[in-house]
Amino acid sequence: MRYPVILTILLVQSAFSVSQCWSAEQPVVRVGSKAFTESVVLGEIIEHLISDGGGKPQHLAELGGTQVCWKALLAGDIDCYVEYTGTIQQEILIGESIRGDESMREALAKRNIVMSRHLGFNNTYALGMPEDVAEKWKIRTISDLAACPELPRLKMRFSDEFLERADGWRGLRKEYDLPEVAERGIDHSLAYRGLQTGSHQVTDVFTTDAEIRLYHIRVLEDDRGYFPLYNAVMLTRADLAERAPKVAESLMRLEHKVDNATMIDLNAKSKLDRIDESRIAAEYLRDKLNLDVKLAGDGHTSRLRTIVFRMLDNLRQHLLLVVISLAAAIIVAVPLGVIAYCRPRLGRIILNTVGIVQTLPAMAVLVFTIPILGLGPMPAIFALFLYSLLPIVRNTYTGLSSIPENLKESAIVLGLSGSARLRLVELPLASTSILAGIRTAAVINVGTATIGALVGAGGFGQPILTGIRLDDFSLILQGAIPAAMLAVGVQAAFGLAERWVVPAGLRIKA
Amino acid sequence: MLELDRVTKSFGSHTVLHPTTLTFAEGTTTVLIGPSGCGKSTLLRIMIGLIQPDSGSVRFQGEVFSAANQLEMRHRIGYVIQDGGLFPHLSAFDNVGLLARYLGRDIEWIRRRIDELTELVRLPREALSRFPAQLSGGQRQRLGIMRALMLDPPLVLLDEPMGALDPLVRFDLQNDLREIFRTLHKTVVLVTHDMGEAGFFGDEVLLLGGGKIVQRGTLKSLLDSPADDFVTRFIQAQRLPGHAS
Repeated sequence: MRYPVILTILLVQSAFSVSQCWSAEQPVVRVGSKAFTESVVLGEIIEHLISDGGGKPQHLAELGGTQVCWKALLAGDIDCYVEYTGTIQQEILIGESIRGDESMREALAKRNIVMSRHLGFNNTYALGMPEDVAEKWKIRTISDLAACPELPRLKMRFSDEFLERADGWRGLRKEYDLPEVAERGIDHSLAYRGLQTGSHQVTDVFTTDAEIRLYHIRVLEDDRGYFPLYNAVMLTRADLAERAPKVAESLMRLEHKVDNATMIDLNAKSKLDRIDESRIAAEYLRDKLNLDVKLAGDGHTSRLRTIVFRMLDNLRQHLLLVVISLAAAIIVAVPLGVIAYCRPRLGRIILNTVGIVQTLPAMAVLVFTIPILGLGPMPAIFALFLYSLLPIVRNTYTGLSSIPENLKESAIVLGLSGSARLRLVELPLASTSILAGIRTAAVINVGTATIGALVGAGGFGQPILTGIRLDDFSLILQGAIPAAMLAVGVQAAFGLAERWVVPAGLRIKA
Repeated sequence: MLELDRVTKSFGSHTVLHPTTLTFAEGTTTVLIGPSGCGKSTLLRIMIGLIQPDSGSVRFQGEVFSAANQLEMRHRIGYVIQDGGLFPHLSAFDNVGLLARYLGRDIEWIRRRIDELTELVRLPREALSRFPAQLSGGQRQRLGIMRALMLDPPLVLLDEPMGALDPLVRFDLQNDLREIFRTLHKTVVLVTHDMGEAGFFGDEVLLLGGGKIVQRGTLKSLLDSPADDFVTRFIQAQRLPGHAS
């Protein structure tokens, strides 16, 4: 009877951490960020701005993409985040005819979302060349490149995505009348190194990539305005101005304050110099906005202690996801398996349904549930719950169905009622199979729970996500190794559980 | 004590049991015999409600079997199948005591009753704490009989109870079983396809063929005055002890 105890502790702990946010008099203001460095750094900057406006900030970092952030913003789980105008047009206001920023602002206002003015940088595709080569041939714009007499000798290599996208290479080539290139794509980060080693001279870049600073790359001006604009803007819930007017005001100080060069620099500090995002944000605010930001917990704890504490925290969050979702799945799936066994026609529907549920993409489940369940552990628990159903329902059903006919009849002729047969004979006989189903669900669950990080539920997915974002292999391992060990531990735990769940008579090797 | 009134059963278009009317008198042992697929097992299963007849009724101790009373009726009927049909997850003791415990009988009463039965069927006492998988075939069958007799039912039905046993074990068990039924004065219906076993147990033998009763009487009357060719052929196909041909 350990599970209920652990469960209670986890619940109480999480309830406590929530109540902590609300107990303060300052209004809690939440900022979200997507799982790439630029977004996280901006999230940290906004976090400091919230503080400065008298709010109590909370940064839900590394959320799983545009839809997660947008749905969370609409649901009020976050109050603001930084988005790009191109993304708003293509992924948020799909199918609406938006012409220019003003009509975009109006469309968002109808959804009670305030769009700020530009923050100053435009993160879009561009062509990049090594500074020295570009200087030698006096190439500043893409038109310069197209007109350059050296063009036939300049090699161009592009990333796969750029080659394939409608608004990528194909259109660009027509627009500027550029020559054919090899259709074989190249990895984005390899493309940068290729520029440096001289294997090619032109490639596609994102205009705020940290590598632009590192490799001294000249970003060619898109003088015909071919590439769509991805101007950064801040999206804020309209009710923030009433709830925390000073915070809302404070946030707007970021307008026109982050140009491309600044953003490249901030990205580089994180990705290349490996400086902590919170510190990068603090330094930026001190230099650009004259804000004195205090950094919490500076140099007080050793690196090892931080790692251990973070890991324990991840473990706690990870277990919260796994234990609750699995417990809920057992409560629902075992009876479903029993019903499927007792009512074959209904059973086929049940088995097919949980089978289909299994094929739903995790990201879709998360995005769909955010409006109802918000951010944090709940959508992740719900997704994990869904994925746990199939193995348990199926094994319960199979376990019951494969009981030998003569034993089922023995129970009937004794004069046991249907429910007594189930309780005294059939479920005990199926227990090995049911437990195996639960074990499968648990192990899959431990692995899948890493998706929790995408909706701010934490867990071992968090260091994995950050590690991928920062190209930091050791950080990835800090998530992957404990998750794998936990899966092995769960396997072992079920080996022990078999001793008290499966009746002794069934464990005898005849 | 047990009456079947125009009972019929078909599976799809295949008629397993033509209209059959039968009475079994109290204290008698009747053997149902016949070739595979003759309907003898179906008949036995109808008697305890494992199979619902398409028409006709089964009356036991004056009551007609129905969905409402069948659980309670089954408590008054013992049923033994091949290899005992014991539940592998329960010890021998718990297998025998399962129903009594489910019905809320006092544990002391259960213990005493199982003691009696252990002696009656001559089961080694230490076998009671073992699981079915740890017992011999003969022991499992004796436990199956104990389970059927647990609530001291007036009627015992046996479906080829010796089918899975080797000849020596079977010989001992047959002797014990006949002894038990005689002492306890039970009404017994036993299904077998073994003529020797039929003669050994049966006050009366009931020969079935093609879903119909072909002949009913003592084994001697079947041997001496067979009703038709089928009876003769069925009897001659069996190598009876002392009737070697």
